[in-house]
Amino acid sequence: MSLVSNIYRLGIKELWSLMRDPIMLVLIVYSFTFMIYIAATAMPEGLSKVPIAIVDEDDSPLSARITSALHPPQFMPPQQVTLSEVDAGLDDGLYTFSLNIPPNFQRDVLAGRAPAIQLNVDATRMSQAFTGSGYIQQIVMGEVNEFVQRYRGSATPPVDLALRVRFNPALNKSWFGSLMEIINNVTMLSIVLAGAALIREREHGTIEHLLVMPVTPAEIMLGKIWSMGLVVLLATALSLQFIVQGALKVPIEGSVMLFLAVATLHLFVTTSMGIFMATLARSMPQFGLLMMLVLLPMQMLSGGSTPRESMPVLAQNIMQVAPTTHFVAASQAILYRGAGFDVVWPQILALAIIGAVFFVAALAHFRKSISQMA
Amino acid sequence: MMLATQGESSITQPVARLVGVSLHYGKTVALDDVTLEIPAGRMVGLIGPDGVGKSSLLALISGARAVQQGQVQVLDGDMGSRRHRNRVCPSVAYMPQGLGKNLYPALSVEDNLQFFGRLFGHDASERRRRIDELTQATGLYPFLGRPAGKLSGGMKQKLGLCCALIHDPDLLILDEPTTGVDPLARSQFWALIDRIRRDRPGMSVMVATAYMEEAERFDWLVAMDAGKILATGTPRELHERTDTDSLEAAFIALLPEEKKRGHQAIVVPPFVDGEDIAIEARDLTMRFGDFTAVDQVNFRIHRGEIFGFLGSNGCGKTTTMKMLTGLLAPSEGEAWLFGQKVDARDIATRRRVGYMSQAFSLYSELTVQQNLVLHARLFSLPESAIPARVRELMSRFGLDGVPDALPDKLPLGMRQRLSLAVALVHAPELLILDEPTSGVDPVARDAFWQFLIDLSRNDKVTIFISTHFMNEAERCDRISLMHEGAVLVSDTPQGIVRQRDAQTLEQAFIAYLKHADPAEAEAVAAPTAPDDPSAPPPGRRRGFSFSRAFSYSRREALELRHDPVRLAMALFGSLILMLIMGYGITMDVNDLSYAVLDRDQTTLSQNYTLNLSGSRYFVERPPITDYADLDRRMRSGELSLAVEMPPGFARDVARGTPVQIGAWMDGAMPQRAETVQGYVQGMHQSWLVETARTRFGQDLSTGAATIETRFRYNPDVKSLPAMVPAVIPILLLMIPAMLTALSVVREKELGSIINLYVTPVTRSEFLIGKQLPYIVLAMLNFLLMTLLAVTLFDVPVKGSFMALLLATLIFVGFSTGFGLFASTFTRSQIAAMFFAMIGSMLPAIQFAGMINPVSSLEGVGRMIGEIYPATHYITISRGVFNKALGFADLQAAFAPMVLAALVILGLSIALLKKQEK
Repeated sequence: MSLVSNIYRLGIKELWSLMRDPIMLVLIVYSFTFMIYIAATAMPEGLSKVPIAIVDEDDSPLSARITSALHPPQFMPPQQVTLSEVDAGLDDGLYTFSLNIPPNFQRDVLAGRAPAIQLNVDATRMSQAFTGSGYIQQIVMGEVNEFVQRYRGSATPPVDLALRVRFNPALNKSWFGSLMEIINNVTMLSIVLAGAALIREREHGTIEHLLVMPVTPAEIMLGKIWSMGLVVLLATALSLQFIVQGALKVPIEGSVMLFLAVATLHLFVTTSMGIFMATLARSMPQFGLLMMLVLLPMQMLSGGSTPRESMPVLAQNIMQVAPTTHFVAASQAILYRGAGFDVVWPQILALAIIGAVFFVAALAHFRKSISQMA
Repeated sequence: MMLATQGESSITQPVARLVGVSLHYGKTVALDDVTLEIPAGRMVGLIGPDGVGKSSLLALISGARAVQQGQVQVLDGDMGSRRHRNRVCPSVAYMPQGLGKNLYPALSVEDNLQFFGRLFGHDASERRRRIDELTQATGLYPFLGRPAGKLSGGMKQKLGLCCALIHDPDLLILDEPTTGVDPLARSQFWALIDRIRRDRPGMSVMVATAYMEEAERFDWLVAMDAGKILATGTPRELHERTDTDSLEAAFIALLPEEKKRGHQAIVVPPFVDGEDIAIEARDLTMRFGDFTAVDQVNFRIHRGEIFGFLGSNGCGKTTTMKMLTGLLAPSEGEAWLFGQKVDARDIATRRRVGYMSQAFSLYSELTVQQNLVLHARLFSLPESAIPARVRELMSRFGLDGVPDALPDKLPLGMRQRLSLAVALVHAPELLILDEPTSGVDPVARDAFWQFLIDLSRNDKVTIFISTHFMNEAERCDRISLMHEGAVLVSDTPQGIVRQRDAQTLEQAFIAYLKHADPAEAEAVAAPTAPDDPSAPPPGRRRGFSFSRAFSYSRREALELRHDPVRLAMALFGSLILMLIMGYGITMDVNDLSYAVLDRDQTTLSQNYTLNLSGSRYFVERPPITDYADLDRRMRSGELSLAVEMPPGFARDVARGTPVQIGAWMDGAMPQRAETVQGYVQGMHQSWLVETARTRFGQDLSTGAATIETRFRYNPDVKSLPAMVPAVIPILLLMIPAMLTALSVVREKELGSIINLYVTPVTRSEFLIGKQLPYIVLAMLNFLLMTLLAVTLFDVPVKGSFMALLLATLIFVGFSTGFGLFASTFTRSQIAAMFFAMIGSMLPAIQFAGMINPVSSLEGVGRMIGEIYPATHYITISRGVFNKALGFADLQAAFAPMVLAALVILGLSIALLKKQEK
């Protein structure tokens, strides 16, 4: 009984501390509202507004047809440039692609000489280079074929590929961006809040005070975990309701309650991690750096920004111990694909195990780190 | 200096004049319409209980706090005027309240002094001369290399004084300089001040003190109460006016009637020795590394006894107490509380003990009442009894007027009272009090002792207390004298005085210490060399001073050097991150999982799907059995692509009947889905061409035209060469920003920001000085990362390295500036850290063109991307690494970065305050 009430009291105390830091509150609100909105709306919708330049040395009806086929929203209106301007433009990053239609292109096509169009790609812009070049090829070839078909017949087998996109039919990137941003925020904020709360207590000497009272380190930790977890969970739920579903009009396929339950478990893991890191760091500046070192890879490699299956196998395996990997997988399944508990239970299990390990490790290290500070 | 020449002639001219000065903190009134003239060339004492406005008055005179109401004139000028403040700043020295508050604990004595010397513009030889002189005079000379944090309290205060005196001030302001300092160090401190005043007779000194016997020796006194001046005059005048013979009595006589009530002389009833042992320690020893903090300490304390623990600061008192409470596990020896061996895990014993640590260690975010209630609840007091208990304690300790105040807003003495109230909240049987009365005024101290005596005699509460006040030590039943970890003597106060044949306990105490450590006692006797009159005047604060800025740079660099873990994390952490991100973030999409629902099961349908399994982009999973299976496996994310071959597929193709293959992609990750889409369509087309050729003998493979695609700069379209030049900017943004983000807010939290308020350093010098070492560190970081890129990642620098280097310099100027910006406008370290993260991570990763070019972003994100310097730096980095470009090609990207770096620094300077509001 006193265990529960101590944990409750200590948590309430944390909430008061947070209340007294108005700038922090503003930052939390900002990160779960505007930041999500900005991140979601900034994401280009698929291949969009790709800057492209065209060197039209043919100036024929066919080349005009090709030029007009590259149009918004996928492409910016093509810039007509001369051959000598192409390199400089690519160097400066003014456009990602340049398409060079050689002289006498139309004549050669009709004569069956299969002339070549040159497509230059700025391959440092990975996201557009690959999909974009495929797309341009399709468009150009489509135009050329259609143009030619007026003159010849075709005998392609009548097999059609009906390609349907599930869960996000329009491949709307703001759906993806907004939810992944929330997930990133959940992780970042919970680690900062829980870890820094412990370091602050140590730097101000209040932790000593707690340790001479009839309060166990486990109670101190759980107090921080529930209170800071609650703050983040609340922010998440509100953001999901008003920003994601409200302002951004992202449909959520699955059960929000299940997602929040998984988020709660994830928060247990990340707050434990934050406390564990705080027991390793000796001061706030050290904690700040340590957090960067842990947080950045955890977010970038979780599968929340690039597909996991494309990462090196080693990275994939190492990331199995990171809670974000499982949280991202479970969240994607629940929120986008409407998966239920029967589908996401392995992730839930993994989160529970990782959380238990970090909690126990933090607990074991807790007292030791305090005597080091003293 | 100008004033020093005035010296003799204008001795009657006041050094400071206050007219109608009031100061409020929120609703609390600290000073209430004070009008006062402080005579020059004297030693002026401010006496009065805690929280009457002594510190506020001194802070106003020193210029550390902004004047709210009224006029403060110091050294013939108005402190409300910035120009005057700037002019007199080098002539005023201010030592704030609290042990070593304005010192930097990680820095050595020498480095601290050098830092202050530089701030006041002395050159190297002048600094050397002054430092040697001052440290020899104060006995700190042998400890020049010791970190300030490791000095004893008395030595810290001496160092603080040296730092204050390094620039020959005309006005020296000391706020409770001897609070928490042992008697020997205290007597040395005053001897030192006396000698300095002999050498510099023109110097005015203002001291706030809680020790009345010290004030007895001052030239002129100001007695204060409740933000008002009670009386002024020489000590003798005060005695005469009140007809008393001690200043303590005089002060009490001056108090208004209602405050005097309840005050009476303390009488300690004799202690009746009980049989029970409350505390027992046997050979208690504590070692930190090779330093022995406590060496074989033994004692037995009876139930109900008041046991005093005396000794200089840093002699091991606090460590012994921490071992008794179980906070520290002893290296050797054992201790028992109430017959139970001290065990950190034993919860039951903790309920019987109340502990008050030396530094204020309650929650500064909770109000007075909330602190008390929280602790009452944690000690599981019955909920119904808590309000009464809290009320009782608040009135007993004079806190009932401020239940909703935050502790930080209270004066030191009131905070100590709150700590004590908290330690008593659960009515413990044993009280362990570590210097509970430091900084508490005489009246409150007596009340407090009356309370302790009642507890001890009436309730049989055992009290283990450490103190620096001799009159308090005399009230103890027994005392132990500790020195350098060992107990010198343990007896009743009278016994100790008798043993040394001394008049008073104080003399006995000093005799014991001198006997134990003659060297330290001697040191102070070294003569002071007279001031060199030809010494150059302290630097005037005209314009930007590189030496002052550099002083802060040096300080920051030294602190960084003393924290090798942080340095290593900053340098090697970025390399590790670069490895992880360089290899881990990949835009190549391959190994996509797919499965087939083949409802045709003919060679033709298998031929179609073979097309997929042969591709390196796809990995086949077991076939799908039915639609339910398809749905489940797609929902779980197992399949990125599901293909359905309709029944009769081969037959229909053969007949030429139109037929449709179904394919479902997982659109949850739009970017991946787009790639899948491209692959599948391409594959479908090539299958069609292939089938047409083999089955119908039609050659469609030569199209009407071909497209030659040339992937420039990165011919293999690999992620690595494209990502590495983008990862470097991101790391050079986030890590330097995080490093600087805490630098200012940390000084705010820990108190040393006061040096900005009261020394001639300007805000821009302060910030730029702090920024420099981090810029150097970031450049080093850049070189390491470039080396890694070239060697391990095999991404050569194709273009102009000089252009990249210049761009890096400007960019890290921005990123460190961004950290400073985060640091200047937040108030807590957490908020500064969080701000630095959200302000750097999201824009850098998503809006700066690392993955999606800025030109194809939308909305606010695009606007941010276009002005964000990381965007331009990524352009330059990719230009130099991948595109073999030079300065001329990239110059357009430089200007926005320079602008951003200047704007962010300007904003930080504008937001930083030069005075406490």
